[in-house]
Amino acid sequence: MFLFDNLLCMLLGISFTVWFTLLLVFIIVPAVFGVSFGIRRLYMNTLLKIFEWATLRMERGAKEKNQQLYKPYSNGIIAKELASLEQEMQEMRRSGSGSALGGAEFEMSDIFHFCRRGVESIVDDEVTKRFTAEELESWNLLTRSNYNFNHISTRLTVLWGLGVLIRYGILLPLRVTLAFTGVGLLVFLTSLIGLLPNGGMKSFLSEKAHLMCYRICVRALTAIITYHDSENKPKNGGICVANHTSPIDVIILSSDGCYAMVGQVHGGLMGVIQRAMVKACPHIWFERSEVKDRHLVAKRLSDHVADKTKLPILIFPEGTCINNTSVMMFKKGSFEIGCTVYPVAIKYDPRFGDAFWNSSKFGMVNYLLHMMSSWAIVCSVWYLPPMSREESEDAVQFANRVKAAIARKGGLADLLWDGGLKRDKVKEVFKEEQQKLYSKVLVGGAEDRSRS
Amino acid sequence: MGSTSSTLSKIPNAEELSQETGFTSAHLARLFERFEALDKDKKGYLSPQDFEAIKELALNPICDRIIGAFFSSGQEMLDFSSFVRILAHFRPIDNNRPKEPNSPDPINSRINKLKFAFQLYDQDKDGKISRNELLQVLRAMLEKQVTEEQLESIADRTIQEADLDRDDAISFEEFRKSLEKVNIDHKMSIRFLR
Repeated sequence: MFLFDNLLCMLLGISFTVWFTLLLVFIIVPAVFGVSFGIRRLYMNTLLKIFEWATLRMERGAKEKNQQLYKPYSNGIIAKELASLEQEMQEMRRSGSGSALGGAEFEMSDIFHFCRRGVESIVDDEVTKRFTAEELESWNLLTRSNYNFNHISTRLTVLWGLGVLIRYGILLPLRVTLAFTGVGLLVFLTSLIGLLPNGGMKSFLSEKAHLMCYRICVRALTAIITYHDSENKPKNGGICVANHTSPIDVIILSSDGCYAMVGQVHGGLMGVIQRAMVKACPHIWFERSEVKDRHLVAKRLSDHVADKTKLPILIFPEGTCINNTSVMMFKKGSFEIGCTVYPVAIKYDPRFGDAFWNSSKFGMVNYLLHMMSSWAIVCSVWYLPPMSREESEDAVQFANRVKAAIARKGGLADLLWDGGLKRDKVKEVFKEEQQKLYSKVLVGGAEDRSRS
Repeated sequence: MGSTSSTLSKIPNAEELSQETGFTSAHLARLFERFEALDKDKKGYLSPQDFEAIKELALNPICDRIIGAFFSSGQEMLDFSSFVRILAHFRPIDNNRPKEPNSPDPINSRINKLKFAFQLYDQDKDGKISRNELLQVLRAMLEKQVTEEQLESIADRTIQEADLDRDDAISFEEFRKSLEKVNIDHKMSIRFLR
């Protein structure tokens, strides 16, 4: 009996040690030093291959049942008829009048082709499509993003089951451990650094501590981030402006650079973190009452910006989380301050899961659990060149200009930007092309007939 | 992918609309999003200009007639229910639906599809396609590619073949007869996903 217990304890002890060592060596130490083994990228590529396989199987299953797969990302309502005009007309001729001459002549039914094409354009045209048809719509083995339940074969179900085991059994505990480590370290280190006198050493240490803890948090989410154009990274005395999809945006940006955060003072755990952070370097936290006073807010921001030793401020001008397909109207407050603005575009890869936080549906903890139990969070960050307000434009126009730049870079739809949208009539030339095609089929056929 | 239930709550009479047109609630939700996307000024209805703004539609030789079919009663405002009712013509025919003896034909029946196509020709709505109306359609579809004489000869031949009562115009019955063998369902249907 005792022997068995001892054995068990030993086994548990050993596995725990191994587990912890692996964690330390492969995740925490690289995070501390800012290097990467590339494990996450390998993981991402493997996942993509598996997703493609899963989708192909589903498509095969759907084809057997002669149904169409629902494609959530193509925003398509209809499957467009791809046959060209000539092919269609030949089909009609063959099945229609059965004319022995075989030549194409005008039939009353020819109008159907144009009619249907026209209505298809009304229901769904290329301009509003967000993804092209060629892009493989993969299913990422998460039930929450699967709309094709009836097409899953047994093999896929097994794979999915395996996925659930791995995600909730292995990945989730790992990530929660890391998250606690990261946050705990952050609070501990910043409080420690806060004891030092203000000066170069303090800022240096604070920077290192912040970066390290955020990198651990990034690994806690298995976020695979690609940074582009790092030469445009925000500098002191400026404001960094980005599009907002989820609270994770903060972690993503902060693991690559140091920013001064802006926000309301919270209670609970968030409050503890906030108070600790502000000891090490100046962040801007507002009391709830102060938030209403716009002048106060603007003043504090300008004061911060004027001090060149302070870090650039990170602001999300949309004011709320948007679902990462578009950029909504920017609130003009941050653009009135009159300093350099560094725009940043963040785009999440939807194949790995939806990072959008719908605050009306899920609370913060629920959301974080969701994020931690998905496969990975893959995103791209683009640092755009700095912009400043020009003489001729006011804050709103400046805000729109920045918004347009961010939307363009991230490949997001720019909503509410109708400044340059001109109503130009489609050139007559294009219409002629359609007519030429049709006439070729008709008249060409007539010529064949007269020859025979 | 959006929340269907919240979109559905914005659609007035969604249940009735679904019954009448045969679109599922998922389709209706999607179409409503499309309706809102086309309604750029957020008026709550569509005008002919909203249709003309669709670049792909403007390429179509008969785009004016198609737009006219949506605004057939001469009004300038198209609400969502009317939009959907017209689009319902293009749903594939449900062969499985049991036909109740006294209920009217569904919107996407073969007859109704033909009626829709007929009105594209018959612009003055007198119930007949006159030679002139036929010429107009041919001109729209062929414009400068063929001569006026060729157009006229095509028109003459078409009327000759279809016009059974020799009144030099094609009535709806004659139209329907001439298209008896054509697979209307295939040609006048759009594959709505899911």
